Amino acid sequence: MSRNRKTIIPIGPYHPLQEEPEYFELEVEGEKVLDIDIHIGYNHRAIEKIGERMTWDQVIFLVERICGICSTSHPIANCNAQEDLAGVEIPERAKYIRSIVGELERIHSHLLWAGLAGHFIGYNTLWMWIWKYREPVLELFELVTGNRNHYAMLKPGGVRRDIKEEDIPYFLKVLDEVERKVDMITKAALDDPVLAARLKGVGILTKEDAIKYCAVGPTARGSGVAIDVRKDDPYAAYDLVEWNVITQKEGDVFAKTVVRLLECLESVKIIRQCLEKLKKVKGDIAVKIKEMPPGEGKGHHEAPRGETFHYVRSDGSNTPVRLKVRAPTYVNLPTCKATVPGESVADAALILASIDPCYCCTERMMRVVDKKSGKVLMDGSDLIRLSQEKTRKLLGSYFEREDRYKC
Amino acid sequence: MTKREKDIIIQIKESLKEKIISWEERTANRHYFTIKKGDIVAVARYLFEKGKARFITASGIDTPRGIEILYHFSFDHHGGKVVTVKTLVPKDKCEIESITPYITGAVFIEREIQDLLGVRFLNHPDPRPLLAAESWPKDWYPLRCDFRDTQFTDNTKQEK
Amino acid sequence: MGLAKFSLKKSLWVYHLSAGSCNNCDIEILDLLTPRFDVERFGIVLVGSARHADVILATGIVNKKCLPRVKRVYEQMPEPKLVVAVGGCACSGGIFRTGYNMAGPFDKVIPVSAYIPGCPPKPEAIIDGVVKLIQSLNGKLPSNSK
Repeated sequence: MSRNRKTIIPIGPYHPLQEEPEYFELEVEGEKVLDIDIHIGYNHRAIEKIGERMTWDQVIFLVERICGICSTSHPIANCNAQEDLAGVEIPERAKYIRSIVGELERIHSHLLWAGLAGHFIGYNTLWMWIWKYREPVLELFELVTGNRNHYAMLKPGGVRRDIKEEDIPYFLKVLDEVERKVDMITKAALDDPVLAARLKGVGILTKEDAIKYCAVGPTARGSGVAIDVRKDDPYAAYDLVEWNVITQKEGDVFAKTVVRLLECLESVKIIRQCLEKLKKVKGDIAVKIKEMPPGEGKGHHEAPRGETFHYVRSDGSNTPVRLKVRAPTYVNLPTCKATVPGESVADAALILASIDPCYCCTERMMRVVDKKSGKVLMDGSDLIRLSQEKTRKLLGSYFEREDRYKC
Repeated sequence: MTKREKDIIIQIKESLKEKIISWEERTANRHYFTIKKGDIVAVARYLFEKGKARFITASGIDTPRGIEILYHFSFDHHGGKVVTVKTLVPKDKCEIESITPYITGAVFIEREIQDLLGVRFLNHPDPRPLLAAESWPKDWYPLRCDFRDTQFTDNTKQEK
Repeated sequence: MGLAKFSLKKSLWVYHLSAGSCNNCDIEILDLLTPRFDVERFGIVLVGSARHADVILATGIVNKKCLPRVKRVYEQMPEPKLVVAVGGCACSGGIFRTGYNMAGPFDKVIPVSAYIPGCPPKPEAIIDGVVKLIQSLNGKLPSNSK
């Protein structure tokens, strides 16, 4: 029996380290994907080893640069770990500020993902539009922290900068605008029949698989696994304000999209409550940690992609003995093995994007290569085009439907 | 702490009584216990299958006594307790049983520890290098204490 | 390729190469396409393949696994070619320069024509850097061209 097997190696459009193997290697037969293999290591920057030579304060700057998109998540998790080790509790005002920065980051990250997902589907207008509405969120970051990304807002024991009372009205105004736009996008996405045809039932991750692979974040919550570090093991101000954990049952790409969009709205709710509380709660924004005792500390934070976990070990000196970082994509990536095989090639790019891989942990590269000759048959832009063409076909058939024109 | 939350720690202590060498409760939500490396599969399976814990990750540390491997589990629905299982792997026989056949979520981290610390995980379904570049020399384990980056002289100098 | 062809009258085709970065610089580069900065009004077009590119916007530290790929991408570019190192990591290695997996920074691997420091550099800074590069070359042969 001879099967015409080709190996496809995905190339992403925004990580064009093209012409090279392996990030995701897909084995296909005709239009269907048979198997997927994941290769990482192209972003390994020896962060854990470098961290062992830095002081406790400097480690925060280092871990911030693990990922540019979830740039505050790693400092929050690391501060939680260091504060667990030192046995300190941060002041209340610092808790609210940490939550505000964390949730702003969640909004910006989910909007970024939504724009890129739009590009993959072929709705480029959606991409441009959503990224345009992401800019005010980055402006808020600049207002509060001084930078659009890599905010350097946190330190062990609290935060570095305070939020001024006079900035809060502008903050709330921008938040209102962001909420209106996200609400509009969510309603449009839920109503669009082509999006539904494209995303529903695609790349289903069952609840059992989500638990087996120990998936976290919207990847797990889209499959009905109701885990969220902010509720399960509260820190910062998450147990001082009212909010809900968003879950969906279906586990497909559509469910994950809905989880992310609704989480943006929850984040706006959290930020509003924190800003209200900030008006009343005064005081210090940090406690001084005189020295780190010997011991161990574990801290985690619900980053936009899932749980970020940090472990630190100290021998009482100025630098950590060991710094261990686990980003959420690390456990979400292997779920591709359960979601991609059996789906069509045109959907592969979308399913891989739906776990929202933080590229700094995992790059994406795609390519169709003939296994025997090694000749490149299709490259990354071809695969994205396949995905966009499928949407166009569905759009075409939608406009041809008779019942649309009935009054 | 509700009665139900207290139970899970008590349950673990009772069921794994013979395997636990020592237990440290740093805070209500942070626990550490040490076991022999031969018991890791039984303990991990108990925590994952019976305790319904979620496997977070594993971390390896090179110490003078050997390579410590810590497996971190989270009990999300029992108050978010993070329980760490500590084992020690001697350097002269640097191998331990893999938990990946029972907990698929461990597939990447065991390969990473293999690359960075040189610990072999027996019966791992896919023991290929994960992070190591082809240009890395054999037996080059960056996270070991005695590691010196002398192989590549065109690198910027080491500070230690 | 004649000198006359390489002038401001031609729109620049830019290829984005990321070799071990935290993605912040990459997102800021992608931000250039969005309506707020809209880099296409300067005639700068982001392309999907190095074979069509005039300029590489390079980010990241160049880790050992990426090294052969970076060299290959550079070789595929047609002459004259320019490389712009965007971000602190691409310029000097940044905070990761003492790591064991470092094979860069970029100017140790391929010739770099311009450096745009920042962590990450703002989109305005990236546009400024690329425009300055074009202006400095106008009428002159790029120094790394054969």
